[in-house]
Amino acid sequence: MIETDNLTRLYGDIVAVAGISFRVEPGQVLGFLGPNGAGKSTTMKMLAGFLAPSAGSAKVCGHDVETEPLAAKRTLGYLPEGAPSYGEMSVREFLQFIVRMRRIDPEQRRRRLHEVIGRLQLERVLEQPIDTLSKGFKRRVGLAQAIVHDPKVLILDEPTDGLDPNQKHEVRGLINAMARERTIVISTHLLEEVHAVCNRVVIIAHGRLLADATPAELEARSRYHGAVSFSAVSSLAAREALERLPVVESVEVDPLDGRITVFPRQGRQILGDVQALLAAQGIRITEIQLERGRLDEVFRRITTGPAAEAAA
Amino acid sequence: MSAMFGVFRREFASYFATPVAYVFIVIFLLLSGALTFYMGDFYERGQADLQPFFQFQPWLYLFLVPAVAMRLWAEERKSGTIELLLTLPVTMTQAVLGKFLAAWAFVAIALALTFPIWLTANYLGQPDNGAILAGYLGSLLMAGAFLAIGSCLSATTRSQIVAFILTVTTCFLFLLAGFPLVLNFFRSFLPQALVDGIASLSFLAHFAAIAKGVLDLRDLLFFALVIGFWLYAGALLLDLKKAD
Ligand SMILES: Nc1ncnc2c1ncn2[C@@H]1O[C@H](COP(=O)(O)OP(=O)(O)OP(=O)(O)O)[C@@H](O)[C@H]1O
Ligand SMILES: [Mg+2]
Repeated sequence: MIETDNLTRLYGDIVAVAGISFRVEPGQVLGFLGPNGAGKSTTMKMLAGFLAPSAGSAKVCGHDVETEPLAAKRTLGYLPEGAPSYGEMSVREFLQFIVRMRRIDPEQRRRRLHEVIGRLQLERVLEQPIDTLSKGFKRRVGLAQAIVHDPKVLILDEPTDGLDPNQKHEVRGLINAMARERTIVISTHLLEEVHAVCNRVVIIAHGRLLADATPAELEARSRYHGAVSFSAVSSLAAREALERLPVVESVEVDPLDGRITVFPRQGRQILGDVQALLAAQGIRITEIQLERGRLDEVFRRITTGPAAEAAA
Repeated sequence: MSAMFGVFRREFASYFATPVAYVFIVIFLLLSGALTFYMGDFYERGQADLQPFFQFQPWLYLFLVPAVAMRLWAEERKSGTIELLLTLPVTMTQAVLGKFLAAWAFVAIALALTFPIWLTANYLGQPDNGAILAGYLGSLLMAGAFLAIGSCLSATTRSQIVAFILTVTTCFLFLLAGFPLVLNFFRSFLPQALVDGIASLSFLAHFAAIAKGVLDLRDLLFFALVIGFWLYAGALLLDLKKAD
């Protein structure tokens, strides 16, 4: 479990994190979103016990990160931003160092090492100095280091940055598999990742918390939530007729591919009506889709909207 | 305790992961030999002791020990591993001590490898081996003091070069603290009591006695205190300046 209360951090005069409070329970995977410089990494550094908060407090599994730092650090696995590791060591030596520092029982060490090496597919590079690994492999070594002691709380700063699509898939699978009894916080700039692994999203900008919701709730805030979009052979006629439907707010045509998006009036379901109308008019559609809402649009609105302006 | 040993072990191994360690040891041994035999008149003095060997050591350390110490924290800062290290379950004291002891052990190995000089003295005559042992002990303590200064200053920067230059300069001042060059400078604006205080900080003065084989508890205590002070200062600095 993670609990922060009015967590604040200044760098000189710069306010990087300005009083953030939230709580993450076991079983939750919290996606930490925000534009560059929003204060995501700074918050995570404080949770991990690297930086001391300037004000406020943070607790990991009930241990305050400032007054009981060792107890907090023991329960926690942390992937710092950029996945730093000791470049001159080989992957095996590095992981053995971590295992020793984490005081895993000697009998369990072998099993745990074997497991993370397998999961992150590091067998091939085990004896290679970390300096000579590609970016993605370095990130995987960083992830291995964070989970090797099977921690109750995981804090991962951009865990899939630099991974190839297959590895992204693997790592997301890994996070999902670990999610059940653990508390996980990840920061990311990839909104599809939010869908893939998070069951809760926190958006911050300028060091302030601007949204705290489930991915579905955020999507529901989108203009596109409940909209119907389709591609038709001849779109002009369709557009006129659709605009006259009482449940329809507006209709937009993508200038590039001619795809039509029909927006509902507040809270209305329009898929049935749209389909009926298209059938009645004899308009042939090649494909039709009910939109869930677009996170990127919601993200942009929240982080550039009035609330964000006020925070800045 | 085991956390400190973990840090120690990793740090110590890292010296030997690159050729730097071997280069350092070779240079140290060559210079020790050259200074002892050519400049120290080892043979011509006609005395079987290691005075010529020990008398140059402070000057050798002045440049070589900062080279060992400069990477201790500057490298961790530069590569970002400081964040990894300090979020492992390890206290700042354990981290600082573990790293310092690793560097010290490394210098101790280099120092121990000068044993052929000692063998030579024993071959040529009958030196006082107790005095030589005391000399080695004093030498190791002085190296520790240099390293502690280097550890602290290395914690202030992400550049190893800056750490090196700061450390050499500071060590130089400590070496010469008892000399008129330094004392006259301070005398121009400090009261005599403080100038005497500064004079008593001279590494050379404290080392000279030990190098002659006179183990005075005050000299040992002096180096121990210097080491403790600089390590503590380094830990404080790290805690304060973790962010940059
Ligand atoms: N060591 C530092 N010294 C001074 N300012 C800093 C330092 N680290 C971060 N900042 C500032 O604090 C703010 C928050 O930075 P932070 O790294 O937490 O952002 P972030 O949300 O992780 O961004 P990104 O998405 O780019 O990783 C930024 O304005 C940044 O410039
Ligand atoms: Mg960041």
